[in-house]
Amino acid sequence: MSSASSATTGATKPSSTRAKPANKGEAAADYLDGRLGIYSLAKANLRKIFPDHWSFMLGEICLYTFVIIILTGVYLTLFFTPSMGEVVYHGTYAPLNGIKMSEAYASTMNISFEVRGGLLIRQIHHWAAIVFIAAMFVHMMRVFFTGAFRKPREINWLFGFLLLFLGMFDGFMGYSLPDDLLSGTGIRFMEGAVLAVPLVGTYLQMFMFGGEFPGNDIIPRLFTVHVLLIPGIMVGLLVAHLILVFYHKHTQFAGPGKTEENVVGMPLMPVYMAKAGGFFFLVFGIIAAMSAIATVNPIWAYGPYRPDQVSTDAQPDWYMGFSEGLIRVMPGWEIHLWGHTLNLGVFIPLMVFPMVLAVIAVYPFLESWITGDKREHHILDRPRNAPVRTALGVAWISWYLVMLIGGGNDLVATHLHLSLNDITYFVRTSFFLVPIIVFFVTKRWCLGLQRRDKEKVLHGRETGVIKRLPHGEFVEIHAQLPADKLHKLTAHEQLQPMELPAEVDENGVKRKIGRLTKLRAKISKGYFGEYSQIAKPTAEEHHEITSGHGHH
Amino acid sequence: MSHDNMPENKLPEAHDASHGHDVAPHGDPFADPGLPVHQPRRTDIDERAAKRAERQVSLMFIVSMLATAGFIASYVIFPIDKIVYIFPLGHVSALNFALGLTLGVALFCIGAGAVHWARTLMSDHEVPAERHPIEADDEVRADVIEQFKTGAAESGFGRRKMIRNTMIGSMALVPLSGVVLLRDLGPLPETKLDHTGWQEATPAQPIQLINMNTDLPMKAEDIQVGSLTFAKPEGLTEDDEQFQEKIAKDALMLVRIAPEDLKDSDSSDLGFQGILAYSKICTHVGCPISLYEQQTHHALCPCHQSTFDLADGARVIFGPAGHPLPQLKITTDDKGFLIATGDFSKPVGPSFWERSA
Ligand code: HEM
Ligand code: FES
Repeated sequence: MSSASSATTGATKPSSTRAKPANKGEAAADYLDGRLGIYSLAKANLRKIFPDHWSFMLGEICLYTFVIIILTGVYLTLFFTPSMGEVVYHGTYAPLNGIKMSEAYASTMNISFEVRGGLLIRQIHHWAAIVFIAAMFVHMMRVFFTGAFRKPREINWLFGFLLLFLGMFDGFMGYSLPDDLLSGTGIRFMEGAVLAVPLVGTYLQMFMFGGEFPGNDIIPRLFTVHVLLIPGIMVGLLVAHLILVFYHKHTQFAGPGKTEENVVGMPLMPVYMAKAGGFFFLVFGIIAAMSAIATVNPIWAYGPYRPDQVSTDAQPDWYMGFSEGLIRVMPGWEIHLWGHTLNLGVFIPLMVFPMVLAVIAVYPFLESWITGDKREHHILDRPRNAPVRTALGVAWISWYLVMLIGGGNDLVATHLHLSLNDITYFVRTSFFLVPIIVFFVTKRWCLGLQRRDKEKVLHGRETGVIKRLPHGEFVEIHAQLPADKLHKLTAHEQLQPMELPAEVDENGVKRKIGRLTKLRAKISKGYFGEYSQIAKPTAEEHHEITSGHGHH
Repeated sequence: MSHDNMPENKLPEAHDASHGHDVAPHGDPFADPGLPVHQPRRTDIDERAAKRAERQVSLMFIVSMLATAGFIASYVIFPIDKIVYIFPLGHVSALNFALGLTLGVALFCIGAGAVHWARTLMSDHEVPAERHPIEADDEVRADVIEQFKTGAAESGFGRRKMIRNTMIGSMALVPLSGVVLLRDLGPLPETKLDHTGWQEATPAQPIQLINMNTDLPMKAEDIQVGSLTFAKPEGLTEDDEQFQEKIAKDALMLVRIAPEDLKDSDSSDLGFQGILAYSKICTHVGCPISLYEQQTHHALCPCHQSTFDLADGARVIFGPAGHPLPQLKITTDDKGFLIATGDFSKPVGPSFWERSA
């Protein structure tokens, strides 16, 4: 114990080994580092390299709109009353004067007409939600079509997918809150859907609504879920999503100097801080201007909710259009057995909706099973170089669009003067046919593009300069591609279809090949067989043509 | 940067090509040429261009400040109820328009300034950073597994089965408390969905049908052929505490159909001189039905376009609804007012598991 006095000998102050800070800023940073360890954290991240490509900004749009939604949402909670208690309206909007309504509706009217700037914030909140979900869709598609979901990013793909799923539901709940005629219709729809669940539907309905529809509980309950539960989960997922983006380091497209072992780009500080930070303000500014110009969800025009009234052109926000389409075009199948009713007409769409989404969610795992590829991938695919994947993705989108049309069948009917029945039958058939057609068309298109790439690599690009040959023939001069282009167009790898092991092994013993393995081999052939990719040019082919005896 | 740090499988031809192909003096034509040389921008070499960019960036930040001042001024100046005409938007709230645009400009200019600054004045040198495999090397892996095994062995989790099993049991049971607590979220369904407010009506004590618009009882002659009339039970008013729940089930639509057009005798028996009282609540997912085409006797639900033939017992002729609209038996009392003497014969609204028939 006495040896501990060594620290105080010489009566000097206990010294730190660290150099004196040069200024106040450094001193403050030193203080924080001593407690939070910020230097080690910053060392890895301050000059972190990010590659540049326009499509990498889509994820940023998701992030910024989410931030905008949170900021404006908090403001709205200061004025919104999530209650179904009845009041009589005496606000400034004359057409509704003296009308009975819920406090939820009345307070939304108050935000729109008496709180200065309240309407603007409501509009920004709603517009941002619409853009948020659209951005998530497009971001997901960019990740899908470039194969950015491959190892090691499969789990981050799932985090992203959950964000999309939760985002859609939170949006639906959000526009159900004002208790206007349109949103009440949406809640009624939810009630009908819950009732269609076999066995427990009525119990779920009673527990959700605290009794019979509409009751007094559903709006306060949705409110808590909408502003607290789901956003809380989403913030957690979002943070995890971004941590993983940092940890994995962003993918990049093939190009000169870009390999699987590096990432080429510019540092976070200062370039990306300025670009990404600036981009936040750009997105926010555009959404604010949109909210000044275009009105979304004018609840005053719909009036308060009454279960016996309806606004005729009831349409949900666009991202619910898919489920709306399913529910509209589904035949009204009901099975009555032993005193029970199985409402397939509602229950099947209710199940198909998450299943269609699940198809895309599990795709990365399917693809890695088919390819059996266990390597990390950091160089992105160009969509044309993965024709089957690209075709599947486009088919999936077309599926979505078909149902979106189904969801607006009444609008399509009135605008195009078509019969509602015809549109419904058309959408029903399209649900099965269109994705298949789209699949084959897209695949062929990709192959065409691959052929064109090959052509360019071997014969150069067209210069537009016409030359007359001695014997009179006119030819266009083709210019060799520069080395960086040549590399870019040939950098992708082409997987070969999986080979089934021989039925009989080298000792003549019959081998058992599982059905799953056979299936895998079949799909693999579909993905990488001769009809699914154009063999990329080889160095020999290139030499042969460029060394003179091959002519154009 | 040559191809030695490319994975081999990416360059299948590279090696054959370099193996003495006489036509290939420079080796693989597709080899990675390495990072391109940095091309300086105007602002990198011309100080005047850089100064100009600097002024542009500052200008955007200044515009943003002015816009914020404009936002505050608009907030103070424009009364909230002032409506102005702005082409091509039409009549809009002046305050909302001014606030939105000034805020939009204030934010946008900050963004535009920052991005312009980054693009013109900050270094645009592209540099590579190495990636490292996500997977730990074998040594770390072995070490972690060893540590885990040590920890597990020290806990005795695998050896002391009784502790393990009872712990799992207790952990499995404890969330039940949470589930039990959810019981009071709502009442049990019982037969609530099977009945409506009309069940109070009996032959001895019938309930009058009240016109939704006039709030008055109706006589048979008030209902014209071809019209659609909405009705509710006598005694139900908007002041009723449970008005919303009751009207969600009791709402009626009355039509009068010429006797020769009636196709379903059971249905016409439930009516009175061709006046039929159907539930207004769609049997699909419960929207109120609001459109009626008098020539065809079709009622259309605006939500998903289910169409019911009211002359034929409200049979579903189109759309996703799974069964007809329930019908209420009506007649008239001695003063000639339309009355009901009992409930619908079937539950109204969307179908559910316990619904029979
Ligand atoms: C709240 C919603 C979301 C936010 C805020 C968000 C944000 C981001 C950001 C900022 C990036 C990096 C930039 C970029 O590549 O665009 C990123 C990358 C990524 N996101 Fe998202 N995202 C969201 C939803 C999704 C969804 C719906 C998916 C797919 C189902 C997804 C999958 C991925 C993947 C796999 C990456 C890595 C891409 C790569 O490194 O190339 N994200 N996300
Ligand atoms: S609620 Fe009437 S058709 Fe869906």
